Amino acid sequence: MNTPILEMKNITKEFPGVKALDNVSFRVTEGEIHCLVGENGAGKSTLMKVLSGVHSHGTYTGDILLNGQLQEYKGISDSEDAGIAIIYQELALIPEMSVYENIFLGHEISSNGFTVEWNETIKRANEMLKRVRLDVNPSTKIKDLGVGKQQLVEIAKALHRDVKILILDEPTAALNEDDSENLLNLLREQREQGVTCILISHKLKEVIEIADTVTVLRDGQTVCTLNAAEGEISEPVLIKHMVGREIDNIYPSREHYIAEHVALEVKDWNVYDPQLGRELLKDINFNVKKGEIVGLAGLMGAGRTELALSIFGNPDGYHTHGDVFLDGARVSFGHPADAIKAGVAYLTEDRKGNGLILIQDVKQNITLANLREISKRGVVDNNTEIKTANQYRTSLDIRTPSIEQKVQNLSGGNQQKVCLGKWLFVKPNVLILDEPTRGIDVGAKYEIYTIMNRLVKEGMSIIMISSELPEILGMSDRVYVVSGGKIAGEMPIGEATQEKIMDLATDY
Amino acid sequence: MFFKHLQKVLKENIREYGMFIALFVIMVIFTITTDGIFISSRNISNLLNQTGYTAVLAVGMTLVIVIRHIDLSVGFLAGFLGAVAAIALEFWGLPVYLVIPMILVLGALAGLVTAFPTAQLGIPSFVSSLAGWLIYRGALLLVTAGTGTIIITDDAFNAIGNGYIPDIPDIGILPEIHKVTLLLGLIAIVLFIFNELRSRKKKLEYDFEVLPMDMFILKLVFVSVLVGLITWVLSGYNGLSWTVVVVLIVVALYHFITTQTVVGRHIYAIGGNPDAAELSGISVKNLTFAVFGSMGMLAALSGILFASRLQSATTTAGTLFEMDAIASAYIGGVSAAGGVGQVTGSFIGAIVYMSLTSGMNLMNVDIAYQYVVRGAVLVAAVIFDVATRSRGK
Ligand SMILES: Nc1ncnc2c1ncn2[C@@H]1O[C@H](COP(=O)(O)OP(=O)(O)OP(=O)(O)O)[C@@H](O)[C@H]1O
Ligand SMILES: [Mg+2]
Repeated sequence: MNTPILEMKNITKEFPGVKALDNVSFRVTEGEIHCLVGENGAGKSTLMKVLSGVHSHGTYTGDILLNGQLQEYKGISDSEDAGIAIIYQELALIPEMSVYENIFLGHEISSNGFTVEWNETIKRANEMLKRVRLDVNPSTKIKDLGVGKQQLVEIAKALHRDVKILILDEPTAALNEDDSENLLNLLREQREQGVTCILISHKLKEVIEIADTVTVLRDGQTVCTLNAAEGEISEPVLIKHMVGREIDNIYPSREHYIAEHVALEVKDWNVYDPQLGRELLKDINFNVKKGEIVGLAGLMGAGRTELALSIFGNPDGYHTHGDVFLDGARVSFGHPADAIKAGVAYLTEDRKGNGLILIQDVKQNITLANLREISKRGVVDNNTEIKTANQYRTSLDIRTPSIEQKVQNLSGGNQQKVCLGKWLFVKPNVLILDEPTRGIDVGAKYEIYTIMNRLVKEGMSIIMISSELPEILGMSDRVYVVSGGKIAGEMPIGEATQEKIMDLATDY
Repeated sequence: MFFKHLQKVLKENIREYGMFIALFVIMVIFTITTDGIFISSRNISNLLNQTGYTAVLAVGMTLVIVIRHIDLSVGFLAGFLGAVAAIALEFWGLPVYLVIPMILVLGALAGLVTAFPTAQLGIPSFVSSLAGWLIYRGALLLVTAGTGTIIITDDAFNAIGNGYIPDIPDIGILPEIHKVTLLLGLIAIVLFIFNELRSRKKKLEYDFEVLPMDMFILKLVFVSVLVGLITWVLSGYNGLSWTVVVVLIVVALYHFITTQTVVGRHIYAIGGNPDAAELSGISVKNLTFAVFGSMGMLAALSGILFASRLQSATTTAGTLFEMDAIASAYIGGVSAAGGVGQVTGSFIGAIVYMSLTSGMNLMNVDIAYQYVVRGAVLVAAVIFDVATRSRGK
């Protein structure tokens, strides 16, 4: 067996009311790609935060050994000095700054310790960009890059120092297949150059594709460590260890309940963004029937989120043109409040940015969009609120010590469930789900799909925006492909294939 | 057992109780350094009356800061509207029962005007309210230009800042004591205990978590004794002043709105994440107008309290009120990042702030040092708040 570059021994980490890590041991061999998988809230991010010094020495028990030497990090800079770089679940770039400023943020190049040497910075930034094979001008502002490219900038930022261990927490969650593939190739290259990678991901396919070793965590404990070379890694095996039971089919089967009644119809819909000064959507026509799940497939940036928002009360102030019909009647929503009142709900793709109030607790987030239901004459009934929240906590299996836990302390997947709970409590007729399972583990995905099936059976209509083709193919009754702001094609699920959709999605 | 519970409850709620502890410490220190004059009925009564016009501003400012804005215009708006009230009473001869509602409405309108560039056009409130600061300062100078200080002769108006609630005639018992004040204090205590018992019972019915019994009793005793003491001290002088009555009503009303109502919850949601609030069907624009409108109305009230207390409108009325209000809110635990802070906290913050002034005045501390001390307390309070924030629930 190769020498372990990193060994974490008997790590235990507690938060008030939660034992996030319970005696976890974790070994990483030099020069491998080591994947860390587990359910939402299993403790993956926490383990990596312990390793990188975010949770400093003394706030946890157990030992960290790097090349056999005991490490006691007081903060991130200590672990950085030791050659550990971490890229967090949420991107940490400054949108208004340029690529090169971001790459060297906090490590500005200076010979006198006072003034920054910008020419040298740009030169070095260029080298870094080449290393991650990103072909952009280093003076481009971050906000003008797509997520995939931003992710590469993050990696460039991590690599510019002499990195021995690179940790990536769900880097591909927000990437489409091409960008993901690109990123995985990059990791392989880094491996050639001797960098050890630790990768957290819920996309089991890519884990199987790239991992040399996989460690599975469950409920804060190490379940097992599997080795690719010995052929121990396969999807059913991973799922079984992660969830503790077997799931044969991630997409639960269902009968189709589609009625003839059209619940929502959009006709000749054009959307113009006055801030960008360009047309976002052109001549969009689509509909969803009662009891139907309609999938909106396409690449990131195809305009699906903008389409959903422009229908859902248009909070970004686009100029819209065209008609929306709800149950056959023409409607026009001036504000999300109008849409919600009419029975349309929209689950955002960006739960932290505009989905949740992170500093408020689980219960307040769940009831936020429908406070009137639990209030009398404008006064909120606290007891009903607690009951309601507990109901959704149970039915969605939200893992939290209490409904009074602040949402920012929940793991990513559980935050997503809180978002979903919030919109289910609105009891809509038409539910628009934008990337509903982003960052969610297989078990929870299965639960969410089951819930979706139950909802359509009860007569709800669901519009599901998803960049994951298997999800589109597994869950939709009918698929629209959106490409470059237009509907590029429509097909019943029986005729849809991965190739067909990709062809349409990339054709504009 | 008891101490274990106490330790746990204190630890979990250190932020909320920290303010009271700080106030208590400050009061004890001043009582010692002034040989007890600070805690005398007369001084406490004066202190509370002085806090009035800052406290109502701090209450309004709390909401403004919670939704991530600031309103710098309220000081001179208060001064200006105080002057308008004086003019209406003295020169136009309007009766007081018309003047007060009129001023409050004017204040609310002024608040809406301040909000307009911010809510409608997205201009930072720092800028739009700074413009208001300049404009109202000019307006105040303008309306008092011909006359200088305007003396107010209306007794009813002046009573708001200087009068006390009436007492029943002397019937032989407790001759030196203001009996109605005492009675109101007792009623408040009974209502409080009754209310606590009822909500506890309801929570238990639903199987929700409640304080352990010993801590619950401790809380009841502590609050009752506190309210009892304050009432006792006040009834030893002239009793409850009208100012205190007004302030208590404002604080109670805003506390209710912010903690119990849908609107209150929407306001805090906006402070926590405006984008998420908007997508949840909350109109950020409308609530921004509402919060600034309420701020303007409270500025008008502050102006009335101040003019009435001085029995006149002066050319410099309202100077730095906005800063006192902002400082009170921060001392009271309102977070500049938005979404966090309670009106009761700001109210206590205002009392802490005024206690410093009052205590140091009694000690004849030079005004220069007074500013330094107030600044130090402000920083200390905010540091304490930030340091304890991560600990709470
Ligand atoms: N700062 C914190 N305060 C309190 N609890 C926390 C905190 N951070 C994490 N937790 C809790 O610790 C547990 C592990 O969380 P962690 O973020 O490590 O999960 P994860 O495995 O990364 O999940 P996901 O796949 O959803 O990202 C969760 O129950 C979470 O609620
Ligand atoms: Mg995580």
